[in-house]
Amino acid sequence: MPYSVPANPEIQRPVSNTLIVFSVLLALLLNGLPWEGVWLMLRPDFVALVLLYWCTHKPLRVGIGLSWAVGILADVADASLFGQHALAYTLLAFGGVMLHHRLKMFDLRQQTTQVFGILALTYMVYALVHWQVNGYMVWPYFLGCLTSTLLWVPLSIMFQAARQMRVSRDH
Amino acid sequence: MDNTQSFQFFNRGPSPAVRLVFFVVLSLLLLFIDARYRYLESTRSALSMLVSPLQRLATMPGVLWQQAGDFFTTQRSLVEDNKSLHQQHERDAAQSSQLQALQQENQQLRNLLALPQRGELAMQAAEIMYAERDIFKRKVLIDKGADANVRIGQVVMDDAGIVGQITRVYPRLAEVTLITEKDHAVPVQVLRNGLRTILFGAGDTSQLSLRYMPVSSDIQNGDLLVTSGIDGIYPPGIPVAKVVKIERDAAYPFARVICLPVAGVDKHRHLLILSGLPRLPERPAEEPAAAQNSKTKQKK
Repeated sequence: MPYSVPANPEIQRPVSNTLIVFSVLLALLLNGLPWEGVWLMLRPDFVALVLLYWCTHKPLRVGIGLSWAVGILADVADASLFGQHALAYTLLAFGGVMLHHRLKMFDLRQQTTQVFGILALTYMVYALVHWQVNGYMVWPYFLGCLTSTLLWVPLSIMFQAARQMRVSRDH
Repeated sequence: MDNTQSFQFFNRGPSPAVRLVFFVVLSLLLLFIDARYRYLESTRSALSMLVSPLQRLATMPGVLWQQAGDFFTTQRSLVEDNKSLHQQHERDAAQSSQLQALQQENQQLRNLLALPQRGELAMQAAEIMYAERDIFKRKVLIDKGADANVRIGQVVMDDAGIVGQITRVYPRLAEVTLITEKDHAVPVQVLRNGLRTILFGAGDTSQLSLRYMPVSSDIQNGDLLVTSGIDGIYPPGIPVAKVVKIERDAAYPFARVICLPVAGVDKHRHLLILSGLPRLPERPAEEPAAAQNSKTKQKK
């Protein structure tokens, strides 16, 4: 394996399970806020972002199986078809796990383009399922993909801060 | 070949590709079963017990905002509200005494003609928790579920008219499909002349449309459409929509009739669930003619 330069100079800190579970629950909560109208169309998929973050940073802890389970919960929360979010998050997790070495070699700005690709795949699943069930394609779904991608940098910085905070408390 | 493969110190289970295929197939299977057969409703309601605390938490900011707004309402607005409600009440009281007389008369007439009596409508109030996340669906979730005896197929209305119908029941929630949902149908009747037809939702707007109305049919702008009640689900005589636009083009066999719902389908927070579905008379026993029909069908 080639020597890789991580995006931040810090050595990877251990992450507690509490942080992972808490962040996923918080993301489900944010997705569940009463969004309406245009805001609903622009709503980023927080759950997808958080799962992607953990899949790329802790691929041995959060992987395809867990993402699938979270997807099932998201399906129930959204009252969408069973398996829609599960399928999308499975593909997302696979993309994250496969690309996690590569992502670490880029800085946050460059990561964004890669993340956009993975998220586009996720949103493609929603659009395709909608197309299969209702018979027509809806392009506005992909607006959410753009806003989600824009959130990648702030989210990464936030998680980095959260993980360092834990370390400084421990010392 | 073996040398190039990385040696695994720890057993990490199946490779990501295998997991991917397994979970993708599982998801597709679930999708197929849910879309076609709807076998998974019990699983869904069990899992919803896990998710519903989160959902309740998510609606908290909105509720708090509303409560803060309630707290800071000025006295003047309260006094004005009170006055207008009093006036409304007086007008309603006059009408309701008239209604009672008419009801009595109607009952007597029905007795004379030996027609079945119309039952009273039992109702329970419910509050909208949140709207469906998918912007292309017209559904809302209300805070009464199986624990409050809500059942699939019950009709939901507000003070003005029909809002929708209950399509899915969770232990503490129920999903209401609004009449503006794409292809949602309500059997209606034009109040002015009793013309029976079916009203469909458009899905992308808050409009409704009457399909398959012949160009020559007697329908006018401003006509009120009320439920006809012949479907056995919607109680008769509840206002549904008002005709706002009619396009009669001789090139097409049907007129384009656009209606707007009477009820504030996208507006209110409080709704009424009509709890008593009308009791239908027993289906008459099959006649021998039916057997012949089925034989001809088999031949085809």
